[in-house]
Amino acid sequence: MTERIELAQNAAGRSVPAMVNGRPQIPFLGVGQYQPRGRKAAPPICSSRDYPENGDKRVANLETALRKCGLRNGMVISNHHHLRDGDRVALMALEAAARIGVKDLMWFPSASFPSQKGAIELMQSGVIHHIEGSMNGPLGDYCTQGKMRGMGVLRSHGGRWQAIQDGEVHIDIAVIAAPTADAFGNADGSHGKSACGSLGFALADSTYADRVIVVTDNLVPFPCIPWQIQGNNVDFVVEVDSIGDPAKIVSGTTQITRSPDRLRIAEFVARFLRDAGIMRNGFSFQAGAGGIALAFVDYLRRMMKEDGVKARFVRGGSTKFLVELLQEGLTDYILDGQTFDLDGVKSIGSDPRHVATSPFTSYNYHGKGNFASLVDAVVLGATEVDVNFNANVVTHSDGRLLHGIGGWQNCLAAGCTILAVPSFRDRIPVIIDEVTTLTGPGELIDVVATERGIAINPRRQDLLDAVKGSSLPIRPIQDIKAEVERICGGKPAKPKLGDRPVAVVKWVDGTVLDTIWQLS
Amino acid sequence: MTSTNAHQSAHPAEAGHHGKDVRSDLHVAIEPRDSGGLEITLESRVGLYYGSSILSQTRQVLEALGVKHARISIHDEGALPFVISARIETAVKRAGLGKDQKALPEKIALPEPSAKDRLRRSRLYLPGSEPKYFINAGLHGPDAIILDLEDSVHHGEKDAARILVRNTLRAVDFGDCERMVRINQLPLGLEDLAEIIPEAPDLILIPKVETPEQVGEADRLMRELKVSNGVDRPIWLMPILESAAGIENAFAIGTVSPNVCALTIGLEDYTADLGVAKTLEGDESQYARMRMINAAKAAGIQAIDSVFSDVADLAGLRQWGENSRALGFEGKGCIHPSQIPVVHEAFAPTQSEIEKALKIVAAFEEAQQRGLGVVSLGSKMIDPPVVERARKLVARAKAMGKA
Repeated sequence: MTERIELAQNAAGRSVPAMVNGRPQIPFLGVGQYQPRGRKAAPPICSSRDYPENGDKRVANLETALRKCGLRNGMVISNHHHLRDGDRVALMALEAAARIGVKDLMWFPSASFPSQKGAIELMQSGVIHHIEGSMNGPLGDYCTQGKMRGMGVLRSHGGRWQAIQDGEVHIDIAVIAAPTADAFGNADGSHGKSACGSLGFALADSTYADRVIVVTDNLVPFPCIPWQIQGNNVDFVVEVDSIGDPAKIVSGTTQITRSPDRLRIAEFVARFLRDAGIMRNGFSFQAGAGGIALAFVDYLRRMMKEDGVKARFVRGGSTKFLVELLQEGLTDYILDGQTFDLDGVKSIGSDPRHVATSPFTSYNYHGKGNFASLVDAVVLGATEVDVNFNANVVTHSDGRLLHGIGGWQNCLAAGCTILAVPSFRDRIPVIIDEVTTLTGPGELIDVVATERGIAINPRRQDLLDAVKGSSLPIRPIQDIKAEVERICGGKPAKPKLGDRPVAVVKWVDGTVLDTIWQLS
Repeated sequence: MTSTNAHQSAHPAEAGHHGKDVRSDLHVAIEPRDSGGLEITLESRVGLYYGSSILSQTRQVLEALGVKHARISIHDEGALPFVISARIETAVKRAGLGKDQKALPEKIALPEPSAKDRLRRSRLYLPGSEPKYFINAGLHGPDAIILDLEDSVHHGEKDAARILVRNTLRAVDFGDCERMVRINQLPLGLEDLAEIIPEAPDLILIPKVETPEQVGEADRLMRELKVSNGVDRPIWLMPILESAAGIENAFAIGTVSPNVCALTIGLEDYTADLGVAKTLEGDESQYARMRMINAAKAAGIQAIDSVFSDVADLAGLRQWGENSRALGFEGKGCIHPSQIPVVHEAFAPTQSEIEKALKIVAAFEEAQQRGLGVVSLGSKMIDPPVVERARKLVARAKAMGKA
């Protein structure tokens, strides 16, 4: 594919393709500027007439199920990533498709993982045409080296729901790995030997796909309770020995960072929430499962106890640290998007205050609101931040794909968005003049916390006022940047990126925020 | 000067470290030759961003060391410039080149000179051959950092650490920390002094001191080096007593030079010398610690405690520290940044002590104003030494930001 791709400049000043995989695109218009129109997409109407009255939708294997779903060339196959790096079902489905002999599929996972690098061979053999979803490691390299036939499309978790719901992506067949299911297709993630917690990422797939296959290694008699995935949306159920490697699905224990510098950042962030008055009775927050985020939760917990403060809810990815908050009565609820460790899985399966959510309730921008904007503070990471607080989370400074967007973009809607980042990594400054790939507009990023000080976005005068008199090292972002450049021996050279788009970064409303370029 | 590589004993050599788990360091291999100029190959984790900067720095360092003909191969793991210079210089010197020449990195402004009796609650040990710990050490707020050339540095790496520590003193901003260096046991420590003193550290720790003569020798050399290098600010000495003999000579050691600002104790070696186990309670070293404190106070200098080696046991550290303060110690070594706030808390006067001392000082000042010879608080008479102790405590508390 060497066709010339027409580029347009979007409202963020980034050059983006006007067409992606044959579909015309809307360049990013600015935060909240795009007005969607029309009606949502919907799967075809089905009739109970065509499904077994005894509710038994089992078929012998995945290949049979795919054939019965009418798999053919060029279709879109989707998977969820709740089994993370332990997932076996996605490759199982794609390999079954290969055996059937179809070509040019679009694979549409909610995220991909290194263990799925087998997808590369399927792209080379023509079974998969391209991937729309996060691509890291070997898959990311394959994409940025320009080897994929179509263009990669990176979406946030909320953006994926939006794309499905708005009809931008039509899923022909959803293959849903289920740690527990009944023969009718009701399914749940919180029990079974491959338990992963919530199955929220698969909800959109189950309700909007033409055909839905549930794959389980823990078949229970009807009813599978709870049924996060409703069997009424499911065509076929396939029983297999194993849907994944439990050791890689959840970590036994999530570890707090031991790096003193990272602990310092985590402590700064917790103190910031306290000193800015955000940590108060009834507040809410979200932090991920990275080392700094876990340490932050630990510091915040101590401060909440000291000050006698309780949260109304905390937002998962849940870990042992959030579960402890719940058990100690420091929060009324955990609203969970995904579950990272064994304590989290156990809690979501047994404690009614630990609630599985989906990208619809938490993140989807094309809805009647979502609760991401009700969260008081969110603590996120980034690979780069620029002096205007624009941030990159998907590429390394050399343009290689490094991370998916995950819920990162959706979380920027929180009352106070804090990026917790070291000021430099391996001599490479994190605060720079201009980000390599724009993933989050600076107007939504309020605070950058580093081990050398905390920078507050000048747009947030209220936060600057709130922490006046605090003993925290609040500094202009330019100041921190200049110090780090002194330490690192000058500004880093800007690697030259190629001029052929290989993937795009979507904003939460489906417009195109930035482009990933082929590595030169 | 023409081809300096004609040096007879020039031979291939290497310095530094590389590998997947190595951070902020580099490995340099040098192969001297008689002609052909410089041939530099570079592989760097940050090559895209700093590759050309590393290459030009390499050329500058080699020029400063008079190396004109050599093959140099560098594997860089994101080292900062002062580390790059140090590793190249080490490799060059190991290759038998660059004798009596230095490739010094640019010097940042020196902090204020440190006072003899400054606050020395915590001092964070940094292994002198691990550059990744240096750059952020000051951020964790210890009263001092120690760049260690002794026990944490392998025998074969003494030369490398010495050059690295020298460059660190020139290039790294440790904020308000006192910059200490622990040299090696004499006589090797004298070589350390020659490299380090020109960069004006604030304090030298001399390990395994047993006699005043040892400190006297280091002190004389230090004075000479200060004069010959134009260092005109104080550099204090802190002898470490780590043996039964050292403890017996504590007072003589503490008074041998006005440059000695403190005595400290090394309990691992001391208990080994006694042939007893080091316990969490420390009964076996009670005498040594108290003897040393008494000697230090008699000499009018500070008494500083050993390190607490269980990083995970912060409660144990706190208890040891509080006990240590009660005995008369004024500070303690730290081997991990997480120990610093605990040590600061342990060595801080309590709020009720501060309040009582403030009242005594206020009563004293009032008595002075009214021309009274006797100070009293309520119905109690206050003796002059009590007033003196209260004033010291208030001053300390102020220095710690507590009063």
